[in-house]
Amino acid sequence: MFRKLVLIVTILLFSAFSANAGSDGELILKKNQPSDVKDCFENLNRATFAFNQALDGILFRPVASAYKVLPSPIKTGVSNSLDNLSTLVTIPNNILQGEIKKAGINSGRFVINTTVGILGFIDVAQHLGFPEYEKEDYGQSLATMGVGPGCYLVLPVLGPSTVRDATASVASLVGGDAWYNVTVTNDTQYFSDFDYYASRVTSGIDFRAKNYDAIENLEKNSIDFYASVKSLYLQDRQQKILNTNKIIETQDDSDWEEIETQ
Amino acid sequence: MKFRQFLLVLFFYSLIFSNSYSIEPDVFVQSTVNRASNILSKNISKEDKINELKVIAKETVDIAGVGFYSLGSARKNLDDIQKIKYSKLFESYFLKSFSSRLAEYTNPEIEVQGKKVLNESYTIVNSLLIGTSDRPEVKIDWRIYTKNPDDPLIRDLIIEGLSLARTQKEEFSSILNSNDGDINILFKTLEEFSNN
Repeated sequence: MFRKLVLIVTILLFSAFSANAGSDGELILKKNQPSDVKDCFENLNRATFAFNQALDGILFRPVASAYKVLPSPIKTGVSNSLDNLSTLVTIPNNILQGEIKKAGINSGRFVINTTVGILGFIDVAQHLGFPEYEKEDYGQSLATMGVGPGCYLVLPVLGPSTVRDATASVASLVGGDAWYNVTVTNDTQYFSDFDYYASRVTSGIDFRAKNYDAIENLEKNSIDFYASVKSLYLQDRQQKILNTNKIIETQDDSDWEEIETQ
Repeated sequence: MKFRQFLLVLFFYSLIFSNSYSIEPDVFVQSTVNRASNILSKNISKEDKINELKVIAKETVDIAGVGFYSLGSARKNLDDIQKIKYSKLFESYFLKSFSSRLAEYTNPEIEVQGKKVLNESYTIVNSLLIGTSDRPEVKIDWRIYTKNPDDPLIRDLIIEGLSLARTQKEEFSSILNSNDGDINILFKTLEEFSNN
């Protein structure tokens, strides 16, 4: 297992060195422009999207609807616990992105929240003044190394992605996610496969419940729901890669400049 | 001497006069959200709320500008008749979509927190939709068109960094791409949405 992890890190570092020559913020921004991401598998993607919508109607929507009415402290606690588990993927990616200080902060956050915060249920680190938590994953790391997103992809159950992000997520399954390692890969007496898959399903329900009204609203008011979801996903990815929510200042404004109606 | 005094008075008068009519983008946004919030907290039917919200949208949003932005490069291929037809269809579509999205909220509290002037034509106003037990707080940025400072207009809403105008543009582009760029299909789609 350790050898696999070393292999992945080596490959990622190699791709970083080979692609890093011009990979400053502007190049990363350009490579991840939502309008430039090709939908090479559109027919297949639309079919998968329809399947996911059906699955949402049968499973995620009703469960999220029930989850929504739980008392706020429980929902916040569950959300905090899931964030805490995700730190185990964020920390190695902080390191891969050269953000050693952030890796240290997130390690401290994980230790404090897992112990004092009762398995992450309470975000004690936030109360202690730790900076706002930003999730990182292997797709984001590849992007910061200059790897482009490739084609847009809709995965069954998991939803929108890109070829780069879907490929990079394999890293979590071959040693890059400590939570996966102690639940699925290794036979420990403390955790089982069920714990991992339950956490993933809960994460999906938590996301659906948090965005319940927004998703319903978007679906109702879209003339092409598939295209809306694609656009929002790619915009969100672009922001996460650049670790900013001020994308509007850097995006191409030429279209707005052309419109002069006043 | 008298002439110089007259010029001086005229100069100060014009300064005061122009200041009194120019509206700061952040004040404009706060006043717009307050108006919308008042309507949403009224004890009236959803349909009445939608109708009142449409009036605000017509006054404060550059619907024609948003429409042509949403069309992307396809706008360059439209003739004058098509442009007029598109503007009408887009306005109906936009008002329905915008007002029914907003009407879902009850008593939203939005706090304007700052602004950043991008250039002579655009200012981004930053605001926060205050969280409740049902929903988390949401950052909303407003792209305000300030070419005419006396009449600022909303051109985009950026929710947690996601641009609604950009999403709409990519939605329109997807419809055009799936139909060999046939603008009439887009017209038909907009018409169907407005009539449903």
